[in-house]
Amino acid sequence: MSIPMEAVAGPGRKNKKEFQWSEEHAPADFRDGLFELEAAGELVVQRVPDDHVLVPLKYGRTKKVPIGQTWHHKSCGQCGHIPGYSTSIFWVNRKLGIEYEDPKDQTSCTAWNYYASATSNSAAQAAVAVRNFAAAYESGNFPIIHCGTSYGHYKEVRHELLHHPELRKEVRKVMEALGKPLVLPEEMVHYSEWFHAMKDEIARHQVRDFSKIAVTVHPACHYYKLVEGDAIYDPEVYGGQRTAIVTGVAQALGAEVRDYSTWFDCCGFGFRHILVQRDFTRSFATQRKIQRMKDEADPDVTLTHDTGCVTTLDKSQFAAKAQDPNAATIPVLSEAQFAALAMGAHPYLVCQLHWHAAEYRPLLEKMGIDWEKAWAEFEEATEKLRKDDKAVLTWEDVDV
Amino acid sequence: MGDAAFKLAEPSYPEVSYEEKERLFAEVKADMRFDDYLYGCYECGICVAVCPSARYYDFSPRRIAQATAREDVELVFQQMQEDIWECSQCFSCLRCPRGNNPGGIITIMREVAINNRLGSAHEALKGYTRIIYKVMSTGTQVSPDMLQDDAFPDWGPGVAAVSQNLDVWRRALPPETHHTTTTGWDIARSTLVELYLIWHKTGALAMIADVDESLHALLEEVMEDLLEEEGYALD
Repeated sequence: MSIPMEAVAGPGRKNKKEFQWSEEHAPADFRDGLFELEAAGELVVQRVPDDHVLVPLKYGRTKKVPIGQTWHHKSCGQCGHIPGYSTSIFWVNRKLGIEYEDPKDQTSCTAWNYYASATSNSAAQAAVAVRNFAAAYESGNFPIIHCGTSYGHYKEVRHELLHHPELRKEVRKVMEALGKPLVLPEEMVHYSEWFHAMKDEIARHQVRDFSKIAVTVHPACHYYKLVEGDAIYDPEVYGGQRTAIVTGVAQALGAEVRDYSTWFDCCGFGFRHILVQRDFTRSFATQRKIQRMKDEADPDVTLTHDTGCVTTLDKSQFAAKAQDPNAATIPVLSEAQFAALAMGAHPYLVCQLHWHAAEYRPLLEKMGIDWEKAWAEFEEATEKLRKDDKAVLTWEDVDV
Repeated sequence: MGDAAFKLAEPSYPEVSYEEKERLFAEVKADMRFDDYLYGCYECGICVAVCPSARYYDFSPRRIAQATAREDVELVFQQMQEDIWECSQCFSCLRCPRGNNPGGIITIMREVAINNRLGSAHEALKGYTRIIYKVMSTGTQVSPDMLQDDAFPDWGPGVAAVSQNLDVWRRALPPETHHTTTTGWDIARSTLVELYLIWHKTGALAMIADVDESLHALLEEVMEDLLEEEGYALD
């Protein structure tokens, strides 16, 4: 199945120039500089494992996405406030029988703070990134990055390290003090690229019918606007005119992807704003995104692939609804949670939907999920924790 | 008014000499990233059309690109005092056909504003310092225990439910790294030591003194305690 360009174009499209896949306008391939510096002994390049999938990028280059042997660079916002996000990523890996590492020697990229407050600098940001890469390298597993901002920021850090010898020198000095090499991975890989690469395999394990589910997609700014050549574009999705990320997964699962005019707009997160100036965040998220989606596409759910976007689009709806009972509401999920649900994941024990704010229960009913029964199962499981019959729930407790 | 070159209201910040404004702008231009972020401006307005902040504030990424490209020292200073904290840092403005990165220029301007203790930085980061403390001291930016209904009343009743059930709901998460409440995940002590060394050696910790001296003192104490326990002597 594919979405042709005409289907997403809108009436103004015919007057606009179509994006052409052309080497002529392609940015320089970062790998040239990467391997030159490796040959000069300036840094270590961690190679993508042999077992990988090739995915197409914006200007026709391909990216190697590892299937297994992955080192999961987690997201603070996902783990902290939307824990069903990271849990679903891991659950899908386990359900497909793929081995991965969930490391403790990983820090946040700290880029949320940097974009919010600027209380850091290029050397600190690069050193934090390289320390994480070095930890992955030492483990023998390849980094796969859960947060869109971490991914975008690390692409920028890579650019800065490759182009500024004085920065490499400063970071190398810091890494030497830590007893670690200056490592960069051969590819920067976002978890949603793994889902895109694995979408057909995921669909083969689908147990719930999503053919009646209509979705809208919000592509995350830091995924495809930062270092724009390094993002998945597929001629089979939107005619290659937009990033294929998330949409490709939704289509593979048989859902109907509906278009809306403000798809390019950000969610309104703002980094600083979501924490200390949420009047802006709420207004943008509800007026420019949620209401537009509702008016133009009326989806059952909106899917996205980044920490800030799920948080903003989901949490902002309550205040809008409190002010205006007729305000639009749409459930918000990551495509990882959507895929996990398609593969039979428990909506609470795995996808942790009770951490979400926007009303999602009608969506579960449309997916054929008895949410009342599922919630009773969750409460039964957590009752054992309250009575200290169990210390924690394990993967075996949630079906894998 | 939204895209006018100058704002007409009285400035809300103290005046400084032209030489001081030149010095601040020189600091912006000296950042190694600056040349990658600015190539001149067609004045096409695409960056404004895609900018979320331009829709809700008296803010324009085009004005940022124009002021820096024209080396308008007065306007750049005004922007560092009034505009830069309104940017959403989404980088939609990278759609610029000229290859400019107004959002990136703003990142640099913000760093310079912090390092030089400009009033705009102090004002913008009011209420934010607990986040700086969290990310620099624990290695994760947000934590489950930050979900308190008095902190996020606009996120609905689910926040209170999370807060009331936090310990049990965290222990119900199957990944063993997720059973934490004060950090996003379980971070190894040795990793925290490495992070603290990075903050010290790159000057990032020193920057905090420019934002909030008591926060800096607190962070310094927390970090030095752990580093000394682990046998590191700081220079």
